[in-house]
Amino acid sequence: MEWINAIVQGILLGGLYALFAAGLSLMFGVMRFVNLAHGDFIVAGAFGALLLVESLGLHPLLTLVIVLPVMAAFGYVGQRLVLNRVVGRDILPSILVTFGFSVILQNLMLEQFSADSQRLSAGALDTASFGIGSLSIGAVPLLMFGAAVAVLGGLNWFFGHTNTGRLLRATSDDGEIIGLMGADRRHLFAIATALASAVVAIAGVLMAVKTNFDPSAGPIRLLFAFEAVIIGGLGSLWGTLAGGIILGVAQGIGAQIDPGLQILAGHIVFLIILVVRPQGLFPKQKG
Amino acid sequence: MSQLLKIEDLDAFYGDFQALFEISFEMAEAETVALVGANGAGKSTFLKCLTGLLPTRGQRILYRGNNIAGVPAFKIARQGIAMSPEGRRLFPSLSVKENLMLGANVGRKGQWDLAAVQALFPILEEKRDIPATLLSGGQQQMVAIGRALMSNPALLLLDEVSLGLAPVIVRDIYAALPKIRTGGTAVLLVEQDIGMAMQVSDRMYCFQEGHVSLQGVSADMTRDMISTAYFGREKEVQ
Ligand SMILES: Nc1ncnc2c1ncn2[C@@H]1O[C@H](COP(=O)(O)OP(=O)(O)OP(=O)(O)O)[C@@H](O)[C@H]1O
Ligand SMILES: [Mg+2]
Repeated sequence: MEWINAIVQGILLGGLYALFAAGLSLMFGVMRFVNLAHGDFIVAGAFGALLLVESLGLHPLLTLVIVLPVMAAFGYVGQRLVLNRVVGRDILPSILVTFGFSVILQNLMLEQFSADSQRLSAGALDTASFGIGSLSIGAVPLLMFGAAVAVLGGLNWFFGHTNTGRLLRATSDDGEIIGLMGADRRHLFAIATALASAVVAIAGVLMAVKTNFDPSAGPIRLLFAFEAVIIGGLGSLWGTLAGGIILGVAQGIGAQIDPGLQILAGHIVFLIILVVRPQGLFPKQKG
Repeated sequence: MSQLLKIEDLDAFYGDFQALFEISFEMAEAETVALVGANGAGKSTFLKCLTGLLPTRGQRILYRGNNIAGVPAFKIARQGIAMSPEGRRLFPSLSVKENLMLGANVGRKGQWDLAAVQALFPILEEKRDIPATLLSGGQQQMVAIGRALMSNPALLLLDEVSLGLAPVIVRDIYAALPKIRTGGTAVLLVEQDIGMAMQVSDRMYCFQEGHVSLQGVSADMTRDMISTAYFGREKEVQ
């Protein structure tokens, strides 16, 4: 029973990892761009929620009403003003710039919020749980997982059924000629970053309720996100969810063997998949 | 006839490598012009300059009287220049219909919409939900042309639409040309098959190593002249 419980908790945690991963995968998919500050932006989202909880007394989940649009707008503007200058054939400039962002962001958060570990209380939700047989499923993990499915499903619908979604997929396929379709690539890149930032906001706020965080918590989130993307395979959102779940379950089982093994077990599964199936489990279909 | 394109002394570069040298070129509204030349002569490069895919800042490409040199590709597309690019460049993760719909993103009104393109190439309606790059070469070429038409261009650029296709298929594709022209669309086509190029065009240009080596009215040209212009000295026919 303990094992089943560990697996179920792992699956639910996988939802959060999929949310970490979705933004990273989206930006890489559309503009071949690796955002090394991705994890720090997630943590910044969490601190944004903290700030609003403390200053306005909002419920942590309600802070999304502000955090999400602010981060999306920041993503759009940041892409247009800064990142669009470094995207291109050579991936190195973008890596250097976002690494710089990562360092700056971590230091700003340290300056502002100190190195203390924080956590937001969602009130009664924190302790609420449902029993299924002898399993007990917490409301917060369930909410996280539901949010992940909803966000990925929403993105999937957006990419499949809207004109902007089609343009983003086309940009991912062959961005060089997207201008022939009358679309401004710089604008599409910024839309992709805005979408990714909106997902980052959701991931950050949910993370703040689920786990402890501090200004240096970003890089490990980036690593989880990266692992989930690679396991799932680039270019498929449901693959990303599967990647998150596999990572979460691996960690859950690892922790069940020995609490110290949690993170390591995830890395080991990631490495195995990287060696055995470097394209990931569900890579984008090629026509 | 009023002027559609006027270009003087156009140069083009890939980094330090110069691909076009002082190209002068003219086209009238609704005209069909063929552009021929050996491999590497600079034909595709020229089309990339017209569509803004290759930078031409500071030069002169007059399109309906406005200089579009240095204007970003998406704005040029909105002004009415569309291209079926070399190698077709369809979007593999999009279906046939979705590829066509992207052409309409340019947002110009006119006779071409999904139904009209599907009437022109009926097979595209049958295959509408299939990923575009799973189609046969000829069908893919139809998608590429259809996608360009969906923007209702004033000038349609066709880069080697017959490349690698069986003669029957090429005939099918060229059969669409008159229907495309009836709407008043000017067509600039790059073609390896000189016979075909002479037959369908009003005027012709031949490029050689980045220079215009021959130009004139297609009906006045002979194969000999064109063969010389492929590799030989500069000539002019009026
Ligand atoms: N992306 C590129 N980078 C560098 N050089 C290029 C590039 N594309 C083309 N060239 C060079 O520019 C010159 C003109 O090429 P272009 O593709 O315009 O020729 P073309 O007339 O279209 O030939 P083809 O009939 O083979 O399509 C060639 O020497 C080619 O090697
Ligand atoms: Mg060419």
